[in-house]
Amino acid sequence: MATTFYGIQATATLPRWFSPLALIGSLALTTAMFVVSGFTDESGNLNLLAIAVLGFALYMIMTYLISRGVEGRRKATDRMVTGWVSAAFALAVVPLVSLAWTVFEKGINRLDAEFFTSSMRNVVGEGGGALHAIIGTVELTTIATLISVPLGIMTAIYLVEYGRGRLAKAVTFFVDVMTGIPSIVAGLFAFSLFLILLGPASAINGMAGAVSLAVLMTPVVVRSAEEMLKIVPNELREASYALGVPKWLTVVKVVLPTALAGIATGVIIAIARVIGETAPLLLAAGFTTSMNYNPLSEKMMTLPVFVYTSYAIQGTDAASYVDRAWAGALTLMLIVMLLNLGARIISKLFSPKG
Amino acid sequence: MSKRIELKSLNVYYSKFLAVEDVNMVIEPKAITAFIGPSGCGKSTLIRTLNRMHEVIPGAYVEGSLTMDGEDIYAAEVDPVKVRRQVGMVFQRPNPFPTMSIKENVLSGYKLNNNRMSKSDADELTEKALVGANLWNEVKDRLDRPGSSLSGGQQQRLCIARAIAVEPDVILMDEPTSALDPISTAAIEDLAVELKEKFTVVIVTHNMQQASRISDMTAFFNIAGTGMPGKLIEYDRTEKIFSNPTQKQTEDYVSGRFG
Repeated sequence: MATTFYGIQATATLPRWFSPLALIGSLALTTAMFVVSGFTDESGNLNLLAIAVLGFALYMIMTYLISRGVEGRRKATDRMVTGWVSAAFALAVVPLVSLAWTVFEKGINRLDAEFFTSSMRNVVGEGGGALHAIIGTVELTTIATLISVPLGIMTAIYLVEYGRGRLAKAVTFFVDVMTGIPSIVAGLFAFSLFLILLGPASAINGMAGAVSLAVLMTPVVVRSAEEMLKIVPNELREASYALGVPKWLTVVKVVLPTALAGIATGVIIAIARVIGETAPLLLAAGFTTSMNYNPLSEKMMTLPVFVYTSYAIQGTDAASYVDRAWAGALTLMLIVMLLNLGARIISKLFSPKG
Repeated sequence: MSKRIELKSLNVYYSKFLAVEDVNMVIEPKAITAFIGPSGCGKSTLIRTLNRMHEVIPGAYVEGSLTMDGEDIYAAEVDPVKVRRQVGMVFQRPNPFPTMSIKENVLSGYKLNNNRMSKSDADELTEKALVGANLWNEVKDRLDRPGSSLSGGQQQRLCIARAIAVEPDVILMDEPTSALDPISTAAIEDLAVELKEKFTVVIVTHNMQQASRISDMTAFFNIAGTGMPGKLIEYDRTEKIFSNPTQKQTEDYVSGRFG
């Protein structure tokens, strides 16, 4: 190499287009090798996964050697690590994109007006829809949110602003335990609670489902609200106290508004987390093919349960059941996407400006 | 209004730890009293006892008596929240409320206490407090902008405006300029001198030039060693403390020969 050890000039660098070109080149080369050698499966298809893995390996070796020769060891290592990190990222994203695409592709078939306007009552073959399940999911999630958000936020306020000593430690411990309970246990809890309260004839209803969701949701809300309240700078509380503002007003008017954006985001993430719960609802809210707007009586369908039952209990025309299952999954995914979008908008609107 | 504060054999504790021991002093109204001394000597702790802010820390309490114009602010029937309404405080780091505009920050002492006021009163008070804090000309066209959009020095003056808006009797400043540049520091110092016309001003500072420039009285605190309580070594007129102190420790400290 021409430069001296003491020089500060960079050694020769590879052009910017080197990396993409090398990657395309290696992939093309590998593909060519596979085609030429006739290395295919019985029906003549190329093994794309093998091409990707071998192509990537070729790219890494080639890049490292060329870069080492031209740019030196430090840059060669840099290129290699960049390669690994990008590969890890791709590996993480591929299943996600594939899943989203599969759900979209298969769900779009039945994502029609009928799907959103009719229930499955008296439907045995084609047609029918998930309106009863959508209504159920919206109602149950709303009730669960109404129960767990005040409970969760107030618990978090207690833990951060007031709690001290044994009680606070016990609450923190049980919140941790609750975060870890399997969702089916929450369903069993709600089911047995309503069994005791209402008897076996009417134990399974929307409210029981909502309670089981609330059990799952509350610890998530407590946790996220607690984290958000903790990062409110103590200086703001002190500033408020120094103005002669009592503690409860400080909490209500200074601490909560400052943390509001984070809390709202946390709540929406908690909703998104429980909206896809299947097992507890299967137990506590049951499943039905009919419309039921009243969460206080009768079984209630929800989207995840709709997807499950459509797939598990296929009727005479199996294909239409499977189509409806995919459409239900797609609807659920769209709802979660909308919720996340809402979380972003809310956090934009409420976060402190400056 | 401006009140005389009298401390008699005041001990300040954090649980069992005695942080400040046996302080006797009279803080004069309409004057600036500076607390100086090395870090950890209890200056900040002591200034926070003047508006019962140290009680925010669990386990903190005082012994002895602390009276404002003869009224014991630690008497059993006294509400610490009401004490703080009479004794305003400015902190080391500017801490405007990030969710509020400049105007709302100035009025926060009222707004946070759910006191309603007419729009004209609110406008008048905002202007008066911001003029009082030498900030009006800089922000009058952007009162609805967030308080955190101001520079550090402006934010600190906003905090002072917020403190004087509730018309306290005493203003406590805990190292109000240690996070600011010299220009902003000069603005705050000028402001402190103006404020003593109306208020009792107590300022904690690490900057001895600042103490000698602006204060009328200076209290020097020191600590014998780590884990020992801080003590008031000498309290006198500022000129005396900086030119001819009685105590050797004080002389060593103000002349920079300390430690």
